[in-house]
Amino acid sequence: MRVNVTVNGRPRQADDVWEGESLLYLLRERLGLPGSKNACEQGECGSCTVRLDGVPVCACLVAAGQAHGRDVVTVEGLAARAGAAEGHLSPVQQAFVDAGAVQCGFCTPGLLVAADDLLERDPDPSDADIREALSGNLCRCTGYEKILDAVRLAAARTARSGQGA
Amino acid sequence: MDFLRPARWEEALAAKAEHPAAVPIAGGTDVMVEINFDHRRPSHLLDLTRVTELYTWQDAGDRVRLGAAVPYARVIERLAGELPGLALAARTVGSPQIRNRGSVGGNLGAASPAGDSHPALLAAGAEVEAESVRGTRLIPVEEFYTGVKRNALAPDELIRAVHVRKATGPQQFSKVGTRNAMVIAVCAFALALHPDTRTVRTGIGSAAPTPVRARTAEDFLNAALAEARCWDTGAPVPPAVAAEFARLASAACRPIDDVRGSAAYRRHAVGVMARRTLAWAWEQHTTGEGTARCA
Ligand SMILES: Cc1cc2nc3c(=O)[nH]c(=O)nc-3n(C[C@H](O)[C@H](O)[C@H](O)COP(=O)(O)OP(=O)(O)OC[C@H]3O[C@@H](n4cnc5c(N)ncnc54)[C@H](O)[C@@H]3O)c2cc1C
Ligand code: FES
Ligand code: FES
Repeated sequence: MRVNVTVNGRPRQADDVWEGESLLYLLRERLGLPGSKNACEQGECGSCTVRLDGVPVCACLVAAGQAHGRDVVTVEGLAARAGAAEGHLSPVQQAFVDAGAVQCGFCTPGLLVAADDLLERDPDPSDADIREALSGNLCRCTGYEKILDAVRLAAARTARSGQGA
Repeated sequence: MDFLRPARWEEALAAKAEHPAAVPIAGGTDVMVEINFDHRRPSHLLDLTRVTELYTWQDAGDRVRLGAAVPYARVIERLAGELPGLALAARTVGSPQIRNRGSVGGNLGAASPAGDSHPALLAAGAEVEAESVRGTRLIPVEEFYTGVKRNALAPDELIRAVHVRKATGPQQFSKVGTRNAMVIAVCAFALALHPDTRTVRTGIGSAAPTPVRARTAEDFLNAALAEARCWDTGAPVPPAVAAEFARLASAACRPIDDVRGSAAYRRHAVGVMARRTLAWAWEQHTTGEGTARCA
């Protein structure tokens, strides 16, 4: 079947999509967007997290056909969405780098999409809110502390730049 | 495989009548796992996500008519006032990503004994609105679960909505698992006080082949509360009554040993949860807290 979907603001089309295929497969294997990671294909790890019509979901659990006509944002789209200049990172991405929240990096794209969504809804989240928002994302490397640091850092920087504006 | 994409409910019903083996897919949080792991290769997938009315709910007097595909996240945000037990259960489902997609209709479709909606629906009182091109029927939720991952739907039927009685008193939900997120219940227990009828109802999850009410425990408790005039006086539930209620709730289980826990552990834990949820709910009832929990 044919699937038309807007990804990171651009209309995209894929043909010969298998009816049982996931949105994750469509993104990675047909649309050349390997940022969203495939680690479990059963919704447990969150490394495939994308926004579907604005809402964070596991792309591995969305049928490609269900994304037809919808709007998808992946980790590849975060910087442009945040208004970062070409070649620059979004505030959340930069905070992950600066806080040392990235080791092997496999979990990072999903965490970035989830953290970005959290900070958009709540620019000053409590630690409990951060833990809750990231509870569907597993990381086997960092022990999570640096990830929490990164989200706090991104929130603090955004608050500061907001005051300056 | 064919991917059917009805835009309207009538089209979905017609498609299901034409292809009774078609597998409906809403949030996909059960269906896609099965497809990804090759556990299922249906001839047709019937995508319900374009049928907008499945994502709405209506006030129906003493009930809420909850569209089959309303995601858990919406139940938590918008319906915690009228349906506090279901909202509490929904909070324990999976993760934010899963709660953004997964639905009560999907939970009912899957009919897993471990589904978290079921105990809350049993305790609150609910009916499943099943529809086909032949017509509509309301199935009491107690009769909906017919076996392990089996339900009462006919091959041509779809779930349109679930009618859940609005809370008239405090409701509680408790679930045993290894962490707060991403846990299939080892076992779960829901309890609802119905001060309007002076009754207590229960639901047990993951401790029998299907979700069940602990009816003997309910009958005992209802009689004991009446006899001790607890509803009139607001007196605490006598400890001996709570203990017997817990024992009877345990006895209502028909659990198995599996990787998540032993049968003996489940029976024990259900008794503990029964006693605790009763204490919490009764405390809310007598102090007046909880019924007005805001949405
Ligand atoms: C990582 C992860 C964690 C999870 N954690 C929990 C948990 O904590 N608690 C819990 O209870 N569940 C959990 N689940 C299971 C799942 O999320 C729930 O069962 C959810 O309610 C399914 O809803 P859905 O809309 O995604 O259903 P789908 O996957 O779309 O469908 C599920 C079943 O229902 C049928 N169906 C769907 N809609 C209809 C309809 N309108 N009419 C007839 N049949 C229909 C489908 O054909 C299928 O058989 C988890 C799943 C994952 C992947
Ligand atoms: S790959 Fe989708 S949640 Fe793990
Ligand atoms: S950095 Fe390796 S899994 Fe998180």
